[in-house]
Amino acid sequence: MYLYPIWVRLWHLLNAVLFLVLIVTGISMQYTDKQDYILVVGFARAVKWHNIAAILLTINYVFFVTGNIFTGNGRYYRIQRKDFLVNLIKQFKYYAWGIFKGEKHPFPVTLERKFNPLQKLTYVLSMYIAFPLLIISGFGLLFPEIVINRFIGISGIVLTDIVHITMGFFLSVFMIIHIYTCTLGSSPLSLFRSMLSGYHESENHNN
Amino acid sequence: MNLTVVRCFLFLLHISLVFNISASGLDLDSKKTDKQDSIAFKSPFYEDNERCFKCHGQNRYEYTNENLGRQVKALMFSERVIDRNKFYQSNHKNFSCTDCHSSEYVNFPHPGELRMDQMYNCLDCHGNDEKFAQFHFEEIDTDYQQSVHVKLEEEGFSCWKCHGPHDYKISIRNSSNLKETILYDNNICLRCHSNYDQFQLLSEKEEINILQKHDWLPNQESHFKNVRCIECHTQVNDTILVAHHIRAKEEAVKKCNECHSRNSLLMSSLYKFQSKEQRKDGFFNGIILNQSYVIGANRNEYLNVISLVVFCIVLLIIGIHIYFRLKSK
Repeated sequence: MYLYPIWVRLWHLLNAVLFLVLIVTGISMQYTDKQDYILVVGFARAVKWHNIAAILLTINYVFFVTGNIFTGNGRYYRIQRKDFLVNLIKQFKYYAWGIFKGEKHPFPVTLERKFNPLQKLTYVLSMYIAFPLLIISGFGLLFPEIVINRFIGISGIVLTDIVHITMGFFLSVFMIIHIYTCTLGSSPLSLFRSMLSGYHESENHNN
Repeated sequence: MNLTVVRCFLFLLHISLVFNISASGLDLDSKKTDKQDSIAFKSPFYEDNERCFKCHGQNRYEYTNENLGRQVKALMFSERVIDRNKFYQSNHKNFSCTDCHSSEYVNFPHPGELRMDQMYNCLDCHGNDEKFAQFHFEEIDTDYQQSVHVKLEEEGFSCWKCHGPHDYKISIRNSSNLKETILYDNNICLRCHSNYDQFQLLSEKEEINILQKHDWLPNQESHFKNVRCIECHTQVNDTILVAHHIRAKEEAVKKCNECHSRNSLLMSSLYKFQSKEQRKDGFFNGIILNQSYVIGANRNEYLNVISLVVFCIVLLIIGIHIYFRLKSK
């Protein structure tokens, strides 16, 4: 089943590469020390590449949102209120123990339903809440003169930074979980292949 | 020629915009505080000093030429003009002019030989005096003796070049606004280093374009506004509040992580005076947060621990999930 059009795959690939660059350079900036650690990029290089990757990521994000508005891909992110919580719990139970018992996937992938309820919720939270906050706070740090000096008695730039690193952290955790859940396809590598070919491989019981 | 003039103008304009200094040289933006301080402070020697300020307080002065039998108007040599307001805000505001200058200056015309009088230097008054012991002037002098500036003494360099006796005021100790202090202190350096007329009086070197020299520095404008030149150009001395050992340009700090790190250099320089008031709400180098934000130096230990715990829990859950997946196969 052809589920991932070329623009989604390109966006996804670029997003993944840029996000990895941002994680490595972000950690290097946050935990830089007078001794240059082997695994951490030098501060000056980290700043330069973090800025470049961030700007490219922002452009890529605009591309993603525009694509979702003007193509049918956006419909996969619409959360239905009906049975929202019930479906969420059903999916969670499947991941927590149903999967080990060989139960059938409660929400198999179809052309109309690319994401299960849990995926949909985490993707919406990540792409439409955390990502914009990450980008806006990132621009605040890139251009500190645009940030308000103080907000309820706290330095505006400190708050901006806390929002930025917190969102960065949550998205990094999301990425780890995302990569792991991608091994839950019909075979551990099937979903990775899907994001390269565009074709979703049919599942017997998994994601 | 015209191109050179235009380039010079553009350079000075750029410098003044970047450093937020006025176009009329390197005058600090102190008009607002001038009024407040000069109103608040009344010198016990105000009347005495006015005898001098009558001529030296402005560019133009008048005197009676007895030979000609009339009033003569003349321009005061710019180096002899003393700004009253700046003087009455300065460290030496309590002084009478004749505390440092010969009392014979009260006579006019001033005797010519007075010009040859040797001027006091800082240690003449501040050295080896218990009253000033806490400021460690002797240590400051030792520091200064290793500085690149000391080589210029034969050309006329002295403490006064940076700490003007008629206008210098201590800023880092009594300034509540660190940005103002940074601007004030940086202007001291720029008085010579961005004004080639002044620079040439002490050095034969070619004109330096400070902005070009700092091209390598990311976010140049932000750095110039948020740290002092001496943060990178001096050797930190733990005994004194402000390091006076100005190092050669090759020895200047160039590694970002000297400041952008947990053991930030700024804590022993710019924030040394305030570091005792360090905030204790989990932030490393918390005092920096009160005035600014330095990536790499400002970390929160609580957030660090929480993030590490969350990260480990996620990995643990994934590990358990993998285990049960393998087991159920």
